Amino acid sequence: MHSNKYIFIYSSVMVVLVAIVLTVIAVQLKPAQENNIRVEKMKNILTAVNIEADAANAEALYKKHISEDFVVNSKGDKIEGANAFQIDIALENKKSSEKRQLPVYVCTTEKGDKLFVVPMRGKGLWGPIWGYVSFRSDFNTIAGTMFDHKGETPGLGAEIDTRVFQKQFIGKKIFDETGKFVSVKAKKGGAPKDDLHGVDAISGGTITSNGLSDMLISGISVYEAYFKKQQKTE
Amino acid sequence: MSTASEKEPWFSKQNLKLLTNPLNWENPITVQVLGICSALAVTVQIKPAIVMALSVTVVTAFANLIISSLRNTIPARIRIIVQLVVIAALVIVVDQLLKAYVYDVSKKLSVFVGLIITNCILMGRLEAYAMANKPWKSFLDGIGNGLGYGLILVTVAFIRELTGSGKFFGMKIIPQSFYDMGYADNGLMILPPMALITIGVIIWIHRSRNKALIEK
Repeated sequence: MHSNKYIFIYSSVMVVLVAIVLTVIAVQLKPAQENNIRVEKMKNILTAVNIEADAANAEALYKKHISEDFVVNSKGDKIEGANAFQIDIALENKKSSEKRQLPVYVCTTEKGDKLFVVPMRGKGLWGPIWGYVSFRSDFNTIAGTMFDHKGETPGLGAEIDTRVFQKQFIGKKIFDETGKFVSVKAKKGGAPKDDLHGVDAISGGTITSNGLSDMLISGISVYEAYFKKQQKTE
Repeated sequence: MSTASEKEPWFSKQNLKLLTNPLNWENPITVQVLGICSALAVTVQIKPAIVMALSVTVVTAFANLIISSLRNTIPARIRIIVQLVVIAALVIVVDQLLKAYVYDVSKKLSVFVGLIITNCILMGRLEAYAMANKPWKSFLDGIGNGLGYGLILVTVAFIRELTGSGKFFGMKIIPQSFYDMGYADNGLMILPPMALITIGVIIWIHRSRNKALIEK
């Protein structure tokens, strides 16, 4: 039987050793992990403008296609000096709408068209979902989307990260004929083919689909002022 | 320590049994009934199941190795805590490595990697084997049990992915003509209860073929 003193010393030494080892590993791997997150973000933005990239070429493609990025506020004015790429949407969502910084990424396609990508974040069934939506220069028609999730049910809610689901949004419009913001909704039971504001929801993934519809509303509505301003200047 | 056992070759028959027994006679899931919880959670698709199996194998093997090397110094009264610290540390290392080098996979597994800590196979093997055996044997025992766990995990994932979504490794393999004739994917297979039933059926088949496993 070991003495109490031995047990105390043993556990203290063990805990300190383990802490040191884990700290060293975490610090060593941090640059690689942060780089992964950065590349992943670039890949996501590229997916939203329908450019397929992988971890290896994402950075180069991003430099080539994403010609500029800037930050606007909820009134639609540009905020100078802010770094759009560094903005954490999860933090911005918590702020009141006047204080929010809203990043916009501009993609110039090979044909010379400009696409405007906005990021968003919402809630699924089990955890956060997020995505990027790109708009044509009419600031109404969706050019592409990208959605991802933390832990939605595989095969059901998790289907939002498939291209088949995301491509449904291409060509849909967020404003109706009168110019009112109506967003695009994932409709349970399927959307009619000529529905400009609806796509098929995922069967068995109703709560995730609803969460996605809510995310689109809250995520795009904050840009409404900016979009309207741009539509007027067109 | 007898000299005879020190001279034992690294891959003697007895040692190889440590690797192969958990695949069949002492399978952690179907015979020891350990690690059921994660077997239900990560078996919807094959790819996450394979990565999960590999991660568990690595963690079990090294946890066994470390605990076995320390077994004579560990105070009996806090042995469970020591085991837990070793397991938790290893799991964090695996999680960090996945995040740094296979980011795609780590995203898919997110919560499950953390849950390896609570996987009963780890504690079970540490208590039952590593605390009483030498490091090398414990290491092999860890690998064997990880593989035994993986074998069942992949089998269940294969059945569930095929019947639940008609896919294999994420590729559609059930031809469209089947669907046209009225075949439909069984959505129930994607949900956890069917994993339990699938494992139950596997245990049933396993026992009916190995009479020695049937309890009187």
